[in-house]
Amino acid sequence: MIEPNRKGEVWVFAEQEDEHISDMSLEICGKARELADRLEVPMAAVLPGWNVRELSYRLIAHGADRVYHLHDTRLEHYRTLPYARVMCRLIAKHEPQIVLFGASSIGRDLAPRVASEMKAGLTADCTDLEIGDYLDKKTKTTHQNLLLQIRPAFGGNIIATIINYDRWPQMATVREGVMRMGSGDPARSGQIVDEHIEFAEFDEAIKLIERHREKRKVNLKAARTIVAGGAGVGSRDNFRLIHDLAGAIGGAVGASRAAIDGGFIGKEHQVGQTGTTVRPALYIACGISGAVQHRAGMEESAKIIAINWDKDAPILSVAHYGIVGDVSKVIPMMIKAIKERA
Amino acid sequence: MAYHSIVCVKQVPDTARITGEAMRADGTLNRAALPAIFNPEDLHALEAALALRDAHGGIVTALTMGPLGATEVLRQCLYRGADRAILLNDRRAAGSDTLATSYILSQAARKIGSYDFVFCGRQAIDGDTAQVGPQLAEKLGIAQVTYFERLVELTDRTVRMRRNVGNGWEVIETTVPLLVTVLDTANEPRPASARRLMTYKRARTEAEVAQQVGADLKGADEDAREAELADRLEPLRMNKLVIDQWGLDDVDADLQWCGIAGSPTKVHRVQSIVLTKDGYVEIPPTAEGVKKLIQELIVDHTFG
Repeated sequence: MIEPNRKGEVWVFAEQEDEHISDMSLEICGKARELADRLEVPMAAVLPGWNVRELSYRLIAHGADRVYHLHDTRLEHYRTLPYARVMCRLIAKHEPQIVLFGASSIGRDLAPRVASEMKAGLTADCTDLEIGDYLDKKTKTTHQNLLLQIRPAFGGNIIATIINYDRWPQMATVREGVMRMGSGDPARSGQIVDEHIEFAEFDEAIKLIERHREKRKVNLKAARTIVAGGAGVGSRDNFRLIHDLAGAIGGAVGASRAAIDGGFIGKEHQVGQTGTTVRPALYIACGISGAVQHRAGMEESAKIIAINWDKDAPILSVAHYGIVGDVSKVIPMMIKAIKERA
Repeated sequence: MAYHSIVCVKQVPDTARITGEAMRADGTLNRAALPAIFNPEDLHALEAALALRDAHGGIVTALTMGPLGATEVLRQCLYRGADRAILLNDRRAAGSDTLATSYILSQAARKIGSYDFVFCGRQAIDGDTAQVGPQLAEKLGIAQVTYFERLVELTDRTVRMRRNVGNGWEVIETTVPLLVTVLDTANEPRPASARRLMTYKRARTEAEVAQQVGADLKGADEDAREAELADRLEPLRMNKLVIDQWGLDDVDADLQWCGIAGSPTKVHRVQSIVLTKDGYVEIPPTAEGVKKLIQELIVDHTFG
C-alpha cells in the first residue's frame, strides 16, 4: 500500500491484445482524463507488451499526458504474474493516487492480484466514477477529493458508492461500455516513458501452451440502434420479427436473458448485466419485461421504446415511449411505417 | 499421485429473488428476507475438485467463512462428496471486504496444511466481484488460473488446464500448488448422494449443537447445559459428524488485516435502484399511432 498522495497521477491500465488496444481502455482514458483535470494532476496509461510502443499515441490522443511503456517478450501475451509484477513495481515507484482497469476477463484477473499485493482497496465493475468528499462521522474528519467508486451490487438491485481513504492507490475496475469513448485528438502531445523491470522466476510459473481468440461477431456496443427481444416475443420463429425490424432500420439485434434461455437467439446478443452494456441512440425493447439486470445494461440509451402487452412491465419505467400491445402486431406496423417513409 | 484440494464456498442471499420486501425504506437490503443459497459457481468449484479426486485420488476439504447458518453449505458439500468441512466463524471477521476475506481464508488454508489445489467459484452472486480467488492466490504466494473450463492433463505436479477468457480460450501449463477459479460452464455439479445425505444430515458444528441445547434447555443452569452439550457431542464425535469450526485466533490471524480494520474499501452510500423517468409517452398500438412515432423519430434525427 502507499500513503494517500494528493499529487499522484490518475492511471489507466492499457489493455492490448495482438497489437490492438481495447476500446474499453480508451473509454476509461476519457473518464480518467476528467478525474485528473478535476484533481489537477497528470493522467497516465501503463502499456505493457511486446512491440506495442506505437499504441502509446492512441492513448495520448485519448487523454494520456504520459504513457509508461514496457517492451519485453515475456509481456507479449497477457499472463497474470508478469503483468502483476509490472503494475506493482510501477505503482510502488510512481505512487499514482488512482489506478483504473477495464472490467474485462484480463482486468478482473489482474486488478485483484495487484490490489492484494499492494494491500490496497479495489472496487469491481464500476459503472461510474466521481471525485467527492467523505465525512467520517466517527472521527469527524473530512477526506477530500476521494474517488467515489459507484457500482451495482446484489444482482443490480442496489447501487453502492465505495471509497478508500487510507490504503492507496484507489483502485477500481470499470465496466465495459458505460463510459463514453471520445473520438481522440491526434494532435494532443504526451510523453512516452520507457520502463524496465526485473522479473522473478516465479513470474514464469504459468506457460501459455495454446491460445485462441474469436472475433466478436455481434457488435452491440457500436450499434446506433438496437432492436431487442425478450420472452414476450414467444418463440424462436417469432423472433424473426426482431431481425426484420432491425433490418428495416439498420440496427443490431439484442436480447434479454429470458430470450436466450428460451433458445430464441445466441448468448452473444445478450444485453444486460451479464451480457453487454449498451447506450445506443435508440433502443427498442420488444416483449422484454425489464428485469433490473436487463435495465442496468440499457437504461443509458438516449431513446427507449418499449413494446409490451403488460402496462405494468418494469421496462416501461425507463422507456420514453411505451406501446402497450401485442409485439407480433405492433412490429409489422412499425416496419410498414418505416418502409413508407423511406 | 493423490491430491489434496481445498474448495472455498460461500452462502449467499439469492439475489435473483429480490422483491420489494427485501428492501428497507432507507434503501438498504434486509438480508434476512432473502433465502440463503449455495453460491452457484461454488458448486462448480466443488464438482471440479470432486471430479479430480475421483480420477486421481486424494481428498477434498470444503471451507467457508460466514455466520453459523453457513454450516448448511458445508453439509451440502458433505452430501455431494467432500471429505472434510471447516467453518470459519468469528464476529471480528464481520465487515471484511475482499482483501480481508482473502487474508482470513489464506490463514485457514495455511492451517489446513499442505494442499495441491485451491478451487473457488469465479464469483459470488451477492457481490459479483470475482476478487477473492485471485487475492487468495496472491496471499498464498501461488499462481492463479481463472475462468477454468476443463482439466486437460494432470501428471505428477504438472497440470494443463483450459480457461475460457470470453473472447476465446487458452491452454496453460503450470505446477501445483495452484488456485483455480471455476466457471459455471465447466461441469455439471453432481446431486447430493442419498447415502451421504442420510449420514451427514446430522453433521453439526459445535456451536450449532450448543445453540440447540440453549433452545431446548431454556432456563436451565449453565452446568446442566454444559453436560447436555457434552452428551450430545459425544455420539457425533464418535461418528465423525462434528464439523470443524475455527475462529480468527485458531488460524493465527493478525486482527489488523481482518474485518473492518483490515478492509480498505468502505461503503459510503447505498441506494436502492430508483427509476428516474417520470413517465413515458404512451403510443396507441395502432397503425396510426406507430406511424406518428416513426415520424417523430425521423424529425428529431434518431433515425438516419
